[in-house]
Amino acid sequence: MSAGALIVGFAAGVVAGMLGVGGGILFVPALVLFLNLPQVDAEATSLLAIIPVALVGAANQNRYGNLRLREAILLGLLAVPGAIGGVAIVNAIPERLTEVLFALLMLFVAFQMARRALIPEHQEDPL
Amino acid sequence: MPRPDPPLAGGAQRTLCLALIGTGAGLFSGLFGVGGGTVIVPLLVLWLGYGTREATGTSLGAIVLIALAAMLTQGAYGKVHFGAGLQVGVPAVAGVLAGTAFQQRVDPRWVSLLFAALMVVVAITLLIP
Repeated sequence: MSAGALIVGFAAGVVAGMLGVGGGILFVPALVLFLNLPQVDAEATSLLAIIPVALVGAANQNRYGNLRLREAILLGLLAVPGAIGGVAIVNAIPERLTEVLFALLMLFVAFQMARRALIPEHQEDPL
Repeated sequence: MPRPDPPLAGGAQRTLCLALIGTGAGLFSGLFGVGGGTVIVPLLVLWLGYGTREATGTSLGAIVLIALAAMLTQGAYGKVHFGAGLQVGVPAVAGVLAGTAFQQRVDPRWVSLLFAALMVVVAITLLIP
């Protein structure tokens, strides 16, 4: 057990609920830094953790009237080939490349979020 | 209750948009072990006219299926660690209940900023070998 993993896990859930994401952008570094998983193993394990989080989050948003169920299912099903392709790619390329790409993704998302948070016209946007 | 979907004026075009968003989100999910919400939420708002909270709610619904497909594929490569997944996933389920409830009544901008700062720190940690 790792207290760091538990705390960052909880934070990932809060972020997932607030922003409508899976929380993987925090799960992956938590699994790497606190539980010493290699990058690709951390990504794979992050996907496992995301499933119950997204399920509970979607059910809760459904209660608030914020889930368009039919289009959510359609979107999810249409994403399956891309998801399988992405996993095949990440298992074929060097692990260090994946680490660097993931870090760049984090910086990009951080930049986007900070920008939207700081522009008044985007007050409604959580991202 | 779920809101009814908007009338599908130009239904084929709408489905094409969903397919494009889905493909992008799926690739992100598989490549980076994330749900793909960073792709889905802004594009649902910009392309399909979703409200912000609707986009986040619908994104979470789609992510269930996307993460499931990607996780099963990673499982075939033997990369999924169940015990470690539970350690971050169980507290996260509590977190998501708090996060969705919080989202209904709070201006999320300050959380976005804190989150952005946290990600910069973690990214730097990952970049340093």
